[in-house]
Amino acid sequence: MAAALRSSPNGHYAAIAAFAGAYLLAGFLVRNSYYQWIMTLVLLWATMGLSWNMLSGYSGLISFGHAAFFGLGGYTMTIAFVQFGVTPWLGIPLGMMVGVLAGIVIGIPTFRLRGHYFALSMLAYPLAMLYVFEWLGYQEVTLPRKLEAPALYAQFLDQRVYMGLALALVVACMVVSLHVERSRFGMSLLAIKQNEPAAEAAGVNALRWKMLAMMLSAAMAAAAGGLYAVAHLVVTPRDLFGVSASAQALIVALFGGVGVYWGPVIGAAILVPLAEILHAELGHIVPGIQGVVYGLAIIGIILLAPDGIYWRVRDRFAVRGRRGPVPATPRTASQPEPADSAPSAAAPGMASGPPLLRLDGVVRSFGGLKAVDGVSLAVAEGAIHGIIGPNGAGKTTLFNVVNGFLPPDAGSIAFAGSELSGRRPHAVCRRGIGRTFQVARAFPRMTVLQNVMVGAYAGAGTDAEAMDLAAAALARVELAEDAHILAGGLTTRQLRLMELARALAPNPRLLLLDETLAGLGHEELDEILQIIRRVNRDGVTVVIIEHTMHAMVKLAHKFSVLDHGKLIAEGSPSEVVREEAVIEAYLGRKWVERAQHPVA
Amino acid sequence: MTDWQWFLVDVFQAMAAGLMVGGTYGLMCVGLGIIFGVMRVVNFAHGDFMMLGMYAAYYLVTYFGVLAFLGPYAAPIVGAVLAGPLVFIVGWLLHYALIARVTGARVVSAEAEGHYAQIILTLGIALVLANGGLILFGSTPVSVQTPLSRQSWEIANVLFNQAKAVSFAIAVACAIGLYFFLTRSSLGKALRAAADNPIAAAYVGVDVDRAHRFAFGLGVGITAIAGGLIASTQSFQPYIGFEFVITMYAGVVLGGMGSILGAFWGGLTIGLVQQMSTLVLPYQLQNTAIFVVFLLIVFFRPQGMFGRVWERT
Repeated sequence: MAAALRSSPNGHYAAIAAFAGAYLLAGFLVRNSYYQWIMTLVLLWATMGLSWNMLSGYSGLISFGHAAFFGLGGYTMTIAFVQFGVTPWLGIPLGMMVGVLAGIVIGIPTFRLRGHYFALSMLAYPLAMLYVFEWLGYQEVTLPRKLEAPALYAQFLDQRVYMGLALALVVACMVVSLHVERSRFGMSLLAIKQNEPAAEAAGVNALRWKMLAMMLSAAMAAAAGGLYAVAHLVVTPRDLFGVSASAQALIVALFGGVGVYWGPVIGAAILVPLAEILHAELGHIVPGIQGVVYGLAIIGIILLAPDGIYWRVRDRFAVRGRRGPVPATPRTASQPEPADSAPSAAAPGMASGPPLLRLDGVVRSFGGLKAVDGVSLAVAEGAIHGIIGPNGAGKTTLFNVVNGFLPPDAGSIAFAGSELSGRRPHAVCRRGIGRTFQVARAFPRMTVLQNVMVGAYAGAGTDAEAMDLAAAALARVELAEDAHILAGGLTTRQLRLMELARALAPNPRLLLLDETLAGLGHEELDEILQIIRRVNRDGVTVVIIEHTMHAMVKLAHKFSVLDHGKLIAEGSPSEVVREEAVIEAYLGRKWVERAQHPVA
Repeated sequence: MTDWQWFLVDVFQAMAAGLMVGGTYGLMCVGLGIIFGVMRVVNFAHGDFMMLGMYAAYYLVTYFGVLAFLGPYAAPIVGAVLAGPLVFIVGWLLHYALIARVTGARVVSAEAEGHYAQIILTLGIALVLANGGLILFGSTPVSVQTPLSRQSWEIANVLFNQAKAVSFAIAVACAIGLYFFLTRSSLGKALRAAADNPIAAAYVGVDVDRAHRFAFGLGVGITAIAGGLIASTQSFQPYIGFEFVITMYAGVVLGGMGSILGAFWGGLTIGLVQQMSTLVLPYQLQNTAIFVVFLLIVFFRPQGMFGRVWERT
């Protein structure tokens, strides 16, 4: 996608225009009004699929309730028309506004949920609306015929006009989806889908993007609902709010291809005619045949090609051009590292100046367990500060509190003079704190470059700037060669470097590295140590959690030792490793005596 | 009696109806609770298995009248209970053929990706069952005939519909039986172990996939019994499953996701909410009341459902 950001979208526009032209031509050649109606339905369900894809396809939050927006769009238009005489030309935009409003009202509480809780809650909304509309007495509403001025009320004898309107709608939705896919918006949604915590830590404001997606999605579905009602002339709550409307939106999108704007169009073009024609031919013998077709289609696709037809076909035929490394921004030739250079006592900024990060009495409990228990520490600007301690000492929890994943129960966290506690992870990231994770969190279906770009946006205004920052960060960690590999197939070393580059991309002042060296071989370890040192020399303050003690002694200027959530020792590495409490925490009491009376 | 005494009678009447309905809802929720608790699978098709149970009872008792020899009182009860094993077999086979491909020990601990395939697969199964039901059973609403549904006991002006009261008693008996099965039998213990920690269970010799298949069959079978019991108290058609899915999830979530017997109390509460809502809301909105309660539970008691909000970083 990063490459797509730069390539021209003209090819896509040409493809969409060719599709629209061919469809229009086919539509005008068809004489049978039933087939014309099917062609209109294909477009309406393609729009519903695009709507579903906008939210669920890109962000990964499965919605079972898109009928809510479809129904609100349809009923708003219908009620405005029947009760107030408002023309559908205004009623449909009005319905879209109602849909967007509903999207916001639904989104605010529902985005707190994930996975199946989100899916089921979304199902509850249209069903609740269904009963409300039935109770209000809208069981079956017929649009009155306006014989004196039919065009003013969007009433046409020629079915093909409706088809043309639906085609305009679907093309608009495709273009919007295309733009989303090729922008920071789409990339943020994809990052959220693949790993939400990592996206947040990389500066993505997940809530904002999800809400925008919901609003766009709701507008599309409401427009489809309004147009459906105009063309169909009769609305019932079961048609508009029923489970099958939600299910069809989801199914055409998943069947055709999830997360790509052609997907829902392909899905609708195959499934809608199939279901409709079977229904017309066999409906009197087997009344539920449409539902069976949709059900079997989705069962088949989830077992055989879970990402949909588009991706399956593309994977089979597309010759994947392997691009070369990104044009690395010229970097000052890396100075040869003095191997194993011990940190000099006079590390930059060690003694002078206010600390960059200061924790004061930070507490975080899980139930009765105090994972972080009154920790106060100061990280000097320019230092490499090691946090060590046995498993379960609260090190990672401390990072989670600093970067905003967990609010502290008490205490304060000051970064460069301003308070951090209470801020969300993306906001913390934007203030200049990058982090990596104990278990590397990649966005597996994006390339290395795209992964890093997600992080780069936190420090960039435009796509081009983000691209440059990402390329620079990859060069800094010496990973530019692998920029176009999918992150799902990286080695541990590459993953660690990519995470480091993602954290570095927006040029943070402070890096939180959580066991960056874990699982690496000896040589790889040395390589990463050198990179960390170089980054530090460039002026980035580093706080690192690590178990590999011999590496840490070489790397860090200062140690803070945690045990059972409490800070038990602090000082230079050579002092700290001799401290009794530290040896006891790591090895137990017995070893303290041995350390004091070493057997010759 | 004065007005407010009559109001009090209404309240008690609604409570009685809520308890009786809630008993069968409770059993229904236990079935769903087993599947979620053991497999961490959101079975979207659960309502449709309940529908299968209803039709199983209908065909056994009313349509073919196979159970006519048991007499008009016992036949509906036996029919409902027999729906359990029948639907158990259907569920077992569906798990074997389809659901096992997207579930299992491998997926239980996985994040979003695994759930995604499961909910969509079970949505497909739901559509096929509901519409296949329409093809096989027709769209005309039917119900299981029992003379009990037209008779009531009256206690202090409060009417207890006999069909509902009997359904309640059978549902409670089934739930108690299930409780003893899960806590006393070795198979039940294996199921609970697999629910608690599938990986550890596999290490100590529990065949997790087999346990899952049995749990899925058991879950849908239990719910089918509940469906069979409801079949004699209300009319139904093949699409009824979708309406009950939210009701069931509301109960399971209320009882605490993963807690199999908590689901019974959750379902009972939902039954009470549904019937009590008719005191203040129009009759048509009783399901809306359930959905609102469901949303409220999901929003305000999330800690009981997620376990941890943030996974381990």
